[in-house]
Amino acid sequence: MADTMQFDLVSPERSLASLQATAVQLPGTDGDMTAMANHAPTITTLRPGIVRVEAPEGNAEFAVTGGFAEVTATGTSVLAERAVPVSEMTQEILDAFVSDAAAASENATAENLDELAKRTVDIAAMADALGLTVKA
Amino acid sequence: MANLKDLRNRIANVKNTRKITKAMQMVAAAKLRRAQEAAEAGRPYAERFNAVLGGLAAASTGGDSAPKLLAGSGSDQVHLLVVMTAERGLCGGFNSSIVKLARAKAEDLLASGKTVKILTVGKKGREQLKREYADHMIGHVDLSGVRNVAYDNAQDIAHDLIHRFNEGEYDVATIFYNTFESVITQVPTAKQVIPASFDAPEEGATTSTVYDYEPSEEGILKTLLPSGVATQVFSALLENAASEQGARMAAMDNATRNAGEMIEKLTIQYNRSRQAVITNELIEIISGAEAL
Repeated sequence: MADTMQFDLVSPERSLASLQATAVQLPGTDGDMTAMANHAPTITTLRPGIVRVEAPEGNAEFAVTGGFAEVTATGTSVLAERAVPVSEMTQEILDAFVSDAAAASENATAENLDELAKRTVDIAAMADALGLTVKA
Repeated sequence: MANLKDLRNRIANVKNTRKITKAMQMVAAAKLRRAQEAAEAGRPYAERFNAVLGGLAAASTGGDSAPKLLAGSGSDQVHLLVVMTAERGLCGGFNSSIVKLARAKAEDLLASGKTVKILTVGKKGREQLKREYADHMIGHVDLSGVRNVAYDNAQDIAHDLIHRFNEGEYDVATIFYNTFESVITQVPTAKQVIPASFDAPEEGATTSTVYDYEPSEEGILKTLLPSGVATQVFSALLENAASEQGARMAAMDNATRNAGEMIEKLTIQYNRSRQAVITNELIEIISGAEAL
């Protein structure tokens, strides 16, 4: 069996997961990446997307809206601004994600307009993957 | 000597008060437990976040490219004091101690010729501060409709702070809140959030690993700093919520005990007066009988 590492997923309000995992797929801002044990130490920001965890006792998936991940040789910590287990993901929560992004876009500056536009697209992509739709 | 009926009424009154304070104490105890749980649940996030951000910030300070939120606006003329208090009273010295600390700081700054602006979170702080500093108040955040503080509340406050900072409304922001130590001790704390300051990492603790950064160090720093402000505001709100309930519990416990003591005293007084009345009546009857 492959080596395992510590995986933690925490949001500001609570800790969602703390377990031994073999691999963690992260939606990095610059592209998806998979962290396994003995990965080079990396810090990456996250875009809205799905964190997939492969663990000996079963896989888990979480929808996150951003934040960052800290990968070290012995563990991966995801600090998400908002995180929801995919099984508990509902249209209402998605709508909240979307309205948050929309609110942020309203007071966008020229500087981060692109960034926010990308965020909206990312959320739509995430919704697709979850079988939900973003209301126009 | 007060008459019997008055005494009886007073005892009944104090007993009612004791029931109320007792109930408030129990409610506070239940809320305290919840607030403490929330504070504990939020701690891992805040700790990790500050560790990572602190490491990044330490690496980037001094460079010209350091973001404004970290490096500051280059002056420290205008200070913003964010005073976080409770929405309700009856919690001992909780609100006053925060206000006292903020007031001392404001006096200090004013004396050294700085401009002071005040933003209040929570009704009680505003009530106490607006008497003296009405001209300095620039805003108020009302959380009275919020039962349990959520990260969203902190984010709203942080957005507001950052927005005002970017508009050049102030140079330095400090938040005032109570740190929860135990039910009997809450420590009023002042913490500078903008420009961001971090506790210096322990020697050799974080410097051992060299991280790869994606996208870039500056990019990450730029996205994380606003969240950093929100995180600090959020932990302050959580600490404050726990402290408030702790302070209220202690205050109500005291009040309940005081009411108990008062009831005892009044009861003794009542019994004595009753005795005196009976003795008096007996004397009257006996002397009446003897006169016959």
